[in-house]
Amino acid sequence: MSATEQYIAEITALARKLAPGPVRLMEVCGTHTVSIARGGIRDILPESVAMLSGPGCPVCVTPDSVIDAAISLASQPGVIIATFGDMVKVPGTEKSLERARAEGADVRMIYSPMDGLEIARQNPAKKIVFIAAGFETTQPGNALTIERAKAEGAKNYFVIPAGKLIPPAMRALLDDKESRLDGFLCPGHVSVIIGANAYRPIARDYGKPCVVAGFEPDEIIEGIAMLVRMLAEKKSGVEIQYKKIVNAEGNAKAREILDRVYYAGDSEWRGLGMIPKSGFLLKPEYADYDAFAHFGIALHPSRARKGCRCGEVLQGKIAPFECPLFGKGCTPEHPIGPCMVSSEGACGAYYRYNRKRV
Amino acid sequence: MKENRILLAHGGGGTMMHNLIGETILGKLGNPILNALGDSAVIQISNQRIAFTTDSFVVRPLFFNGGDIGKLAVCGTVNDLAMAGARPLFLSLGFIIEEGLEGAVFERVVESIRETAAEARVMVVTGDTKVVEKGKADGLFINTSGIGVIRPGVAISAGRVKAGDVVLINGNMGDHGIAVISKREGLAFETQIASDCAPLNHLVSKILDECEDIHFFRDPTRGGVAATLNEVAEQGKVKIELFEKDLPVSPRTQAACDMLGFDPLYVPNEGKMLVICEEADAERVLGVMRGDPLGISAAIIGRVTEEGEGVVLLHTKVGGKRIVDMPYGEQLPRIC
Amino acid sequence: MCLAVPAKVIEIAGNRGVVSVQGNNVKADFSMLDDVTLGDFVLIHAGFAIKKYDPDDAREILKIWDELKEKP
Repeated sequence: MSATEQYIAEITALARKLAPGPVRLMEVCGTHTVSIARGGIRDILPESVAMLSGPGCPVCVTPDSVIDAAISLASQPGVIIATFGDMVKVPGTEKSLERARAEGADVRMIYSPMDGLEIARQNPAKKIVFIAAGFETTQPGNALTIERAKAEGAKNYFVIPAGKLIPPAMRALLDDKESRLDGFLCPGHVSVIIGANAYRPIARDYGKPCVVAGFEPDEIIEGIAMLVRMLAEKKSGVEIQYKKIVNAEGNAKAREILDRVYYAGDSEWRGLGMIPKSGFLLKPEYADYDAFAHFGIALHPSRARKGCRCGEVLQGKIAPFECPLFGKGCTPEHPIGPCMVSSEGACGAYYRYNRKRV
Repeated sequence: MKENRILLAHGGGGTMMHNLIGETILGKLGNPILNALGDSAVIQISNQRIAFTTDSFVVRPLFFNGGDIGKLAVCGTVNDLAMAGARPLFLSLGFIIEEGLEGAVFERVVESIRETAAEARVMVVTGDTKVVEKGKADGLFINTSGIGVIRPGVAISAGRVKAGDVVLINGNMGDHGIAVISKREGLAFETQIASDCAPLNHLVSKILDECEDIHFFRDPTRGGVAATLNEVAEQGKVKIELFEKDLPVSPRTQAACDMLGFDPLYVPNEGKMLVICEEADAERVLGVMRGDPLGISAAIIGRVTEEGEGVVLLHTKVGGKRIVDMPYGEQLPRIC
Repeated sequence: MCLAVPAKVIEIAGNRGVVSVQGNNVKADFSMLDDVTLGDFVLIHAGFAIKKYDPDDAREILKIWDELKEKP
């Protein structure tokens, strides 16, 4: 038997003892969402273990008010919007950045926030607005770029501070008794920055097991085995599957960088609502780089779309295919809610990789 | 058309493009030959079956590792003809040149066309040249069309694909798309990955010499292997099952894909062909491909398992299954 | 979005340099790490190195890369 097959056997045997199941585990990382769906992992897990996909997709949890703000900026002459990949397809209230680009807006996809600053250097007569979405993995790089912009005296580089923190979202999910979550698979690369210790207070306060896992299907399966083992032993706490990369302390230097530029403020998560201290907001010394402040934009309150049940999907309360709009009216080409937009969203991943039981 | 504007995604080789073609283009222009939507149209003239195809090239940048827009133009059209089981003979060549393009650049492109046409043993016999104002053509756009004679005895069509057939590819996926994207600003990275851009007609000849009864050929360009196999599955109404462990990708291309978040199944190729043949012929076809410089890494990647619903499935390395869908919208713009 | 890959440091000057991801060379910023030297293996995300591999793990990665290079 391969190691993976052994883990599956162990998971199956232990989950039987944890009846009445199913054991409900959640991951909160878009890359885990994709890897689980692409790997067909739910096919080989026993029915007694439900592997749920939570709000781990940074693009998916960006409120449509933020997208609308970016689109209104994009439509202004002399403004260039710089963003990572999937963000261009996220629907705002009326349209996406992709559509705005078709209508003439200057929207550019970049790989690193440093590329955004470079665009600013090369286009002194224009204003560059970078949508700084992402979780703790991405924010230190964003922060360094903002520091560099300030050090260079850049006058035409701005960010939309859309970054979010994962642990507060985990707490919000656990605070909701209806979620009934038994344990968390924790994001591998976020944990490189924040360290496995970041989850200890959550594990302790809620009495749940947390395992930091890597991204290959076999690593995820091992992570699930470790979670089920902890549940069988009635253990709460944090363990690390992704040992090569993750340790207890994380990257203190990266966290210092975050602290210099950002503070944790209240932030709205599309589908989940307002979560306290869950957003990376710019400290006063960097207020000049805040696109909202500079352009005088106020975010409108979010409007939920009729029939859209993304909130419940993100909280693990319903599966993607249980949403009446799934595949009917809500598809990757015409996404109604955030979960479908990106292949990292629970619905997007399920639709793209698993929607047909063949 | 649902959208009131054309988006980049409409050119992506995926669902949106297919819908645009199906609704607007076939809706207004449809006829039995066009509706077949083959790589080439198959026309009967006297008692000859002629393959006729056209292609436009808008790749950016114009020059990349392993090729340029000129080489691409010849290979793209030659390959479309070859995929119909035809011997490519004559090409037309239309240039739309942006005012201000350096003369030396234009000459390099034409030289590349000359070289590649010689390699493919085809002749450019007619053409057209237009120049548009600065800003209206991004350097250079090329349109080509080509004709070839279809080999008697050869019947390539999605309708011939049936349960039990084997799916093969002549080598590694994704090199072209990565080679081109590595030169784009915003994503620039240094790599030795070279486009696999190559004329496939000689390889096709060898395969047909060995086995005339090939059911299907197609070159996986925009949208990659995933788009092409979905087209076959849909047109032929068959289920195709792939095996993740058997998909050939060079480690360097896989690493670049991992870095950028691309799936090699969806990355365009310009020197690859998918072959679908009877199980009994598969080993011989594989042998012929591996004996050719353009098929050294050829592999069997899957099987046609059922007739009925058109769907492409992948057996993952850990024993799970997943769908391989048509790409949605734009994965990599302006790759070919 | 968590896309991070192992890479080898092939150029370094101060906090900037170039890393190789199995033969694909990208610009990298090392400001989040201490004591990065030529030949080190780091985890690179969106142009930033976020973690340095310890020497044993680095050797293992190199071994895997070399084995992969054997494939055509």
